[in-house]
Amino acid sequence: MSTHSLHVASDGNRGHGRRSYWTGCALAVILTVIPFWLVMARPLHDPGWTAAIIFALALVQIVVHVVSFLHLDTQSEEGWTLLAFLFTAVIVILTIGGSVWVMYHLNTNMMPMP
Amino acid sequence: MTDTLIKTIFGRLGLESFPIHEPILLGTFIVVALLGLSIVGAIAYFRLWGYLWREWFTSVDHKKIGIMYVILGIIMLLRGFADALMMRAQQAIAFGGNEGYLPAHHYDQIFTAHGTIMIFFVAIPLVVGLINYVMPLQIGARDVAFPFLNNLSFWLTAAGAALTMLSLFVGEFARTGWLSYAPLAGLDYSPDTGVDYYLWSLQIAGVGTTLSAINMVATIVKMRAPGMTMMKLPVFCWTALCSNVLAIAIFPALTAAFFLLMMDRYVGTNFFTNDRGGAPMMYWNMVWIWGHPEVYVLVLPAFGIYSEITSTFTGKRLFGYSSMVYATVVITILSYLVWLHHFFTMGAGPAVNSFFGIATMVISIPTGAKIFNWLFTMYRGNIRFELPMMWVVAFMLTFVVGGMTGVLLAIPPADFVLHNSLFLVAHFHNVIIGGVVFGLFAAIVYWFPKAFGFKLDPFWGKVAFWGWVIGYWVAWTPIYVVGLMGTARRVRHFDDPSFQPYFVIAAIGALIILVGILGFVMSIVMGFVKREKLRDTTGDPWDGRTLEWSTTSPPPAYNFAFTPVVHDLDAWYDMKARGYERPASGYRPIHMPKNTSAGVIIAGLSFTLGFGMVWYMWWLAALSFIALMIVAVGHTFNFKRDFYIPADEVARTESKRQRLLGMEA
Amino acid sequence: MTDRALNTQESAITWHHLDQEDHDHGGGATILGFWIYLMSDALIFASLFAMFGVVSTSYAGGPVPRQIFDIPLVALNTALLLASSITFGQAIPHMEAGRLSSTRRWLAVTGLLGAAFVGVELYEFAHLIAEGAGPQRSAFLSAFFTLVGTHGAHVTVGLIWIAVMLVQIGQNGLNGEIKRRIVCLSMFWHFLDIIWIGVFNFVYLYGVIR
Repeated sequence: MSTHSLHVASDGNRGHGRRSYWTGCALAVILTVIPFWLVMARPLHDPGWTAAIIFALALVQIVVHVVSFLHLDTQSEEGWTLLAFLFTAVIVILTIGGSVWVMYHLNTNMMPMP
Repeated sequence: MTDTLIKTIFGRLGLESFPIHEPILLGTFIVVALLGLSIVGAIAYFRLWGYLWREWFTSVDHKKIGIMYVILGIIMLLRGFADALMMRAQQAIAFGGNEGYLPAHHYDQIFTAHGTIMIFFVAIPLVVGLINYVMPLQIGARDVAFPFLNNLSFWLTAAGAALTMLSLFVGEFARTGWLSYAPLAGLDYSPDTGVDYYLWSLQIAGVGTTLSAINMVATIVKMRAPGMTMMKLPVFCWTALCSNVLAIAIFPALTAAFFLLMMDRYVGTNFFTNDRGGAPMMYWNMVWIWGHPEVYVLVLPAFGIYSEITSTFTGKRLFGYSSMVYATVVITILSYLVWLHHFFTMGAGPAVNSFFGIATMVISIPTGAKIFNWLFTMYRGNIRFELPMMWVVAFMLTFVVGGMTGVLLAIPPADFVLHNSLFLVAHFHNVIIGGVVFGLFAAIVYWFPKAFGFKLDPFWGKVAFWGWVIGYWVAWTPIYVVGLMGTARRVRHFDDPSFQPYFVIAAIGALIILVGILGFVMSIVMGFVKREKLRDTTGDPWDGRTLEWSTTSPPPAYNFAFTPVVHDLDAWYDMKARGYERPASGYRPIHMPKNTSAGVIIAGLSFTLGFGMVWYMWWLAALSFIALMIVAVGHTFNFKRDFYIPADEVARTESKRQRLLGMEA
Repeated sequence: MTDRALNTQESAITWHHLDQEDHDHGGGATILGFWIYLMSDALIFASLFAMFGVVSTSYAGGPVPRQIFDIPLVALNTALLLASSITFGQAIPHMEAGRLSSTRRWLAVTGLLGAAFVGVELYEFAHLIAEGAGPQRSAFLSAFFTLVGTHGAHVTVGLIWIAVMLVQIGQNGLNGEIKRRIVCLSMFWHFLDIIWIGVFNFVYLYGVIR
């Protein structure tokens, strides 16, 4: 089969791709270490704040990985991969958020806890 | 000792698993077995097994796979409809002292099998089959993006269907309703094989559907003919795109829900159980995240079919093409925001219920816009009332009623009265029969000459049409009425004899639909008998507007000797208007994918895997799984997957066609 | 645009003669198709995360996360998987340049790190089950085992795929088809690392602080 469409990873801007990769590696390590440190060393005493920070960092790290390792940008596949990713992100939010919202209401209304 | 050995070999399969003591099932089994044997024998007698295997079963040609999907859908339609007739007969007689002829145990299997089969093995295969056949031709492609995957998807769907059919004679099917709600479907309340058959057949078929959807999206996005921008894409392809995007978005939720229920049943986890923290309502939640969008997966392509037919048979460009596209996209997204309306009554409270109620009502706006687009296309058009167009008009009249009862059900307080009543059952049959099934018949009549080179017999086609349309209204209007009066669904016996007339009328309606189904079968048979008279030599029997009509009927394996270049939305109409000239020389060898048996083998192994798991034959399941992995990995070592059709063969095929066209002129 | 007059270029070409290069089946769609597959797989995980979210406090009187999660072990596992993602990134430029042995070496390192990840996870599961905190104990533990186990099963499939690619590189060298498969495999591997970000943050870390 044809071989012309292989260069997803670098698409002609090899140097840029590698730089993005190394930045991604550094950021990934930092963004992994901070939440573990927050939970293991407990510098913040409020669990609410700790949770909020690790959630935010997780979302940032997901974006970092998608951009640097999966090489998602506005140009690849004429924008179709980006469109698919954004659509999936919306569906993920609806599935998780919607389910938790719905089930929370069902539980509080129908199964009053002592 | 021997006992444990037999247990190890056969799991929970024993002599009592075969329904030898149930006369209805035994009779069915004998008829099916005789019919099956005679078909197998006939094929062997005419030495067709080799031909079928080489040219069809192992084929990666999207046209042949599309036809196989449609055949699967029609066969399963007959099974699903037989279930429907049995239910209607039972409900027509089981009043007061009369218990009817079906025991509860059997009746519950029938309504479960009817729903499961009609959605998963009738509607989905027919829709996928039509998309498979038509879409690549409409976008000017030679095949789909992943031809082998396409073959595998079909066979996985067929394997799921076969497993469901097997449950008729070996063990039994689920008695839990077509979505097998937890906790009823859990091991505590359904310990026998029914729910396992249900889960495994749908899980196997679901993998096929998901893979097929990925394939279709990649095809539409990557393989459109030069010049065909997204806003020049035929409407049917747009609806196919949105439908398949939606399928990719929702089937994971169903797969996950079934997977978790399997874990509950096989591993003993506590996802949907009543104790140890289980959350049975989460099963409903996940299943309906799939379930509501699924009806749009089915109906969107039907909307595309109506658009194509309306525009062709009014001789006009579709009114409001871009609004049609936007409406389709809006429906795709909105359909994901309404799932809770299937369980308004479960106590989510006013905030949640209002949100989902309003979202549901909002969907009717883009749908209504579509209805107006079709009406405006017909307005002052030169309408030819041939069969496909008749189906479109019947659709508009029937579907609008179903849509309006849907808006009624979307109001939470009204739903509290109508939930789980026959009114709801009448509503969804109204939209599925009036929306999806009518569209599928319209499409089969419309594209049949493209696929086989002759039209269906018009007389029997009209019998099918009137049988279905009249039968639908006679069968379901009384059900609406008794539903509104509060009759619950899935009931085998009624105490109040005053309802009996309604159910008798409904049963008569079902018999009229039977006339429609037989008329449809006859229109194929008589079409074949009179094929010389009904022959289409032009490739364009309806004066079509899109690219599938620019090639021969049936199209050559490679679809187009030269890829068409698109300048306009109605590409073929545009070519005809500009006085196209077909190139008669300069043919090149055409690159094509090779047939492969890997799809059939993998699907066959999935079938035995499912069977082994259903009956707790762990050795069979393990063996099948290992073999499946080996075949799948082994297939990746096969690099010789393509070949070239030589240029002179292309030239021969094309010149034959030119001769036919010359005869016509 | 719908009522645009018929195209005026009477001489515009209607059939494409030189279509062999740009309008072929298969090849060009693989990456996009695989991307779409990953999106649907992400939605399976989304459903499992949703299930976990709904029953994450349904302990049924059984153990709670603080008692059973071994955060240093999770940190080790996270490091292994992240390292494997980085080593796979190392293989890609070698593959593009057609350097056979370095490509295989980095792939093999990735596979070893992945195998270590699966090993640690199996150890953790065995330990939990031995403590009486198995998947049957409570809905929370059911969801935990299923979510983390499904991820682990995906990593195992990735390991088999790496092994197959090592063999196929040896047999065929780095031709176009093989390169495309390695690119898909790299997308799969990075994708699993992304799912793990969700697992270690939302399941383990959030579990022990709530």
